[in-house]
Amino acid sequence: MKLTPEEQSMLDGSQGYAAQKAMQILTALGKIYGAERLIPITSAQISGVSYANLGEAGLQFLSEMAEGGGRARVLTTLNPAGMDIENWQVLGISPEFAENQTRVLDAFARMNVITTASCTPYLIGNTPHFGEHIAWAESSAVCYANSVLGARSNREGGPSALAAALTGRTPAYGYHLDAHRQPALTIEVQTPLDENSDFGALGKVIGDKLQNWQGRRVPFIRGVESASVENLKSFGASVATYGGVAMFHMAGITPEAGYVAPPKEVIPVSGAEIRQAREAMIDISSASEVDFVSLGCPHLSIKEIARIAELLAGKQVTKEFWITTARPTKKIADMMGYTAVIEAAGAKFAADTCCVVAPIEGRFNALATDSAKACYYAAAKNKFKTALLPFDDVVLEALK
Amino acid sequence: MILHGRTIYEGIAEAEALVTTQGISFFGGVDPESGVVVERGHELEGKSIAGRVLVFPRGKGSTVGSYTLYRLKHNGMAPAAIINAECETITAVGCIIAEIPCVDQVEIERIQTGDRVQMDATKGSIKILTR
Repeated sequence: MKLTPEEQSMLDGSQGYAAQKAMQILTALGKIYGAERLIPITSAQISGVSYANLGEAGLQFLSEMAEGGGRARVLTTLNPAGMDIENWQVLGISPEFAENQTRVLDAFARMNVITTASCTPYLIGNTPHFGEHIAWAESSAVCYANSVLGARSNREGGPSALAAALTGRTPAYGYHLDAHRQPALTIEVQTPLDENSDFGALGKVIGDKLQNWQGRRVPFIRGVESASVENLKSFGASVATYGGVAMFHMAGITPEAGYVAPPKEVIPVSGAEIRQAREAMIDISSASEVDFVSLGCPHLSIKEIARIAELLAGKQVTKEFWITTARPTKKIADMMGYTAVIEAAGAKFAADTCCVVAPIEGRFNALATDSAKACYYAAAKNKFKTALLPFDDVVLEALK
Repeated sequence: MILHGRTIYEGIAEAEALVTTQGISFFGGVDPESGVVVERGHELEGKSIAGRVLVFPRGKGSTVGSYTLYRLKHNGMAPAAIINAECETITAVGCIIAEIPCVDQVEIERIQTGDRVQMDATKGSIKILTR
């Protein structure tokens, strides 16, 4: 791989231990994936933030990188943490976990990483434009950035995204290159889609179809008439979770769809398949089983929080209800009075975290959500039953 | 017998091989305190990877697995070296941050559990001494 003098000096160790380790990681990945060079990036998003996943070893590594002079060279934000940084007691997080989680965030802060812990960096100012090269972990955000924003990112892991942040570089392979962004098959959606849970179910149908697909998993989707930011965030999270998809084109909606030709191989998706996918994410035998309600996977937009406030105004929830969002989005909710309305109804804000990464394994019986991605992790990681419902119905479920 | 591969992380090691034809998920699949494989139904379930030349086709699972290798190293339970058919991100990054010699693009089916292996990862050469 060809390195510039600046990159070579990082690899040689003349810019400190952290830059050297980071450069070793990037050059090794470049070698594995056949990159000819590194390219400058403008943004990074790091995963591996929850202490529950990192453990003491991960924390030790982050501390070593911070002590070894590691400093982010580009705008860098973080994935959700294992708790609300300000409000963890209310969510039943132990003081010991809270202390360890704080040490993780401190290590990142020492590296000049912006410690907003969110899976929707694109909603809170880490918003690259068309064609920018970026290095993001968090599969749902990668899918959104590649597809909806037209920025360019591979699906990074926590350490490789950190390495990219500390050097401002990433190896030039995969989704950074034009060839890899070409669609490989056409998906024909034959049914109207109304809201988040429909888009999530579509993501599962396509994801399941592509799971054993040989070659580029870049679908060209047509037949979707319109989609909101929230619908696309829900769809991207689902198709990334179920199918490992890092990029899609959606005719008339995503920016690169107009530049590529729809592939001849067409796979239809019928209304019946969407219904089946929905049903597959509902395994409760009666609604009374639901004891946990959560919205915000991926993190809620301010528009969604406004809707929750509208539905909850003057009412009382009967179940544990988590509203998960990025802290800057919550600040807007505070400013607009939505937070007060929602908290008066007994629902809880869980900023900086979500029902996927918080350490709540086994704490609840069944989760109601509008998110296909949350259903996957609730079952696989936390051993909850799930009920996938339309957004408004999830709020109503909390009131039942 | 001498095999050749591609350097992923440099260094030298000599130890007994532990070979599997299955992928390994370090996060959740290997106990970071003991080095014992805990993935249910895995060929190596119950065996310790500590101090062995660990030979497997490729890594799988969560990218947090890189940190598991780092943690194993700090606990003195890391493999002495790793040999892959095709290395991927999780194992490569894990070897770099934990400083475990690693070579890939090796004909791993020619190595058997119990073989004494001398590896120079910097040169990408693997010598099978005895079996």
